Amino acid sequence: MKSMNFTTRFWISFSLVLATVLIGFVGPLIIKTSPDAVVGGLYDPPSGFGPLLLGTDNEGQSVLANLVYGTRTSLIVGLLAGTIASVIGLAIGIVAGYKGGVVDEILMGATNIALAIPGIVIIILLSIALDSRAIVPLGAVIGVTAWPWMARAVRAQATSVRTREHLDVARLSGARFWSILAWDLLPYLLSYVVMAFVLQVSGAILAEAALSLLGLGPSNAVSLGTMLYWAIAWGSVRTGAWWAFLPPTIMLTVLAFSLLLLQSSMDEVFNPRLRRGKAVKRRKPPSPRTPEEIEEVSPTAIGGSTLVQPPIGVSRGADS
Amino acid sequence: MSEIFAAKELTKTFGHGKHVVEAVKQVSFSLQEREVVTIVGESGSGKSTLARMVLGLLPITSGQMTFQGQDVTHLKDRAAYWRDVQAVFQDPFSSFNQFFTVRRLLHRSLRLLHADVGRERLEESLQYVGLTGPDVLDRYPHQLSGGQRQRIMIARALMLRPKLLVADEATSMLDASLRVNILNVLTDLRDELGMTVLFITHDIGQACYVADRVLVMENGLMVEQGSTDDVIFNPQHEYTQRLLSDVPKLHQAS
Repeated sequence: MKSMNFTTRFWISFSLVLATVLIGFVGPLIIKTSPDAVVGGLYDPPSGFGPLLLGTDNEGQSVLANLVYGTRTSLIVGLLAGTIASVIGLAIGIVAGYKGGVVDEILMGATNIALAIPGIVIIILLSIALDSRAIVPLGAVIGVTAWPWMARAVRAQATSVRTREHLDVARLSGARFWSILAWDLLPYLLSYVVMAFVLQVSGAILAEAALSLLGLGPSNAVSLGTMLYWAIAWGSVRTGAWWAFLPPTIMLTVLAFSLLLLQSSMDEVFNPRLRRGKAVKRRKPPSPRTPEEIEEVSPTAIGGSTLVQPPIGVSRGADS
Repeated sequence: MSEIFAAKELTKTFGHGKHVVEAVKQVSFSLQEREVVTIVGESGSGKSTLARMVLGLLPITSGQMTFQGQDVTHLKDRAAYWRDVQAVFQDPFSSFNQFFTVRRLLHRSLRLLHADVGRERLEESLQYVGLTGPDVLDRYPHQLSGGQRQRIMIARALMLRPKLLVADEATSMLDASLRVNILNVLTDLRDELGMTVLFITHDIGQACYVADRVLVMENGLMVEQGSTDDVIFNPQHEYTQRLLSDVPKLHQAS
């Protein structure tokens, strides 16, 4: 339909996200060392290019192996929780926004109540209440607490699309409720939903890390948060064993940062008003001044070059 | 001529409590078969709200509507009603789903009909509005001009051969020459297909051009109704006189 204008920022953030995905999903295949295998002593410093590249942790396990498996856990939990939150939020928001009236008020009332309860408290209570602390229940718990703002955001977008006459035309054509939601409303919200989903994934990864840092992390897998939990509990900061806490911290930062960057760069792709890169390039004149002119200007600039700007671009008045 | 549609004391209020707004107040009118009736009124007079109620797109606060002698005020399933009552809307840009091709848009409406009559109806109605060729069906809305889009919207309504066509400001976003074109298509429809047309406009000149009968609305109230000649040349209500005096006159431009 139309060509997408991908910015440099998009490609940078996209490659960062791709890199973390590769580390998380391909890394465990390359690094054959099990994260539970004891390969050294307490906090052995980094050495060589094997499993000891990033040293060992408090149990003598390879930090590198833990890091790649932990990244995988974070990504799985993030994607799972992000998907759950997005689906619930999208369903509630789109129905509330399209239906309006009483349905809208009931659904938004419920959303506001859910929004008012601090999510982390529910997550902690739920994860204690649940017997199983595997990755999947953990992701589900984070997902069911993160949907409210997605619902509100989608509802706001849906109400603005609702006033378009094509929805009336669809109804006059005999289209059913769900058909209108899926074909007439959802496509208009899709770019927004994709961006919100990326933010949800990023938020869920951080929520999982926070939970693990409190010692409520998954019991059947290693995660970046549990790595930090053990590193702090076993005094790696005090003893200067930086390889135990710095790699997971950096990994988490990169994960969250790259997703946020991806989201904001997608905003630039979808929203033409924010396309800085292209617009600036287009406005820039094709180098109107010749080297001789610069030589003429520069002598006068001595002493006052920063205060008085030489009148540049006299010849390009029309296109700026 | 027999009565095809009647509205009795239709009322629509928005909001509740302190913020209640009465958009349409106790409006009654009737439409005869093969008649072109215009509702005139300025912006905010409630004419579009009235149109949406007639179409069954907006629930009615109070009042009664009958179509061909049947009560259609509160229908559960409007599919059958929409086979007979169709609409063309004001904005040829927002009445298209930008992700649908023309073909998909039209095929969706065809589902209201039996499958066998659909294909020929589609071709026929596109010819009627002067859009032919298979290529137009595979276009997206942004590949069509405003006039073409509005004609496709008319073709969509035509396909279903409605008995009543509601044209809600169908020409106000078109330029002058296209406007006459569309108005002529609408009156031809009445002559050739025996359709009743309810034409809603803010432009009393257009109302005069197409209508057999004119209804004048002000602030949700129906202030005057009568044959076009009566209303235009012998307006009774002060509001109608004001609307008429506001029509720009070419020969007195000073």
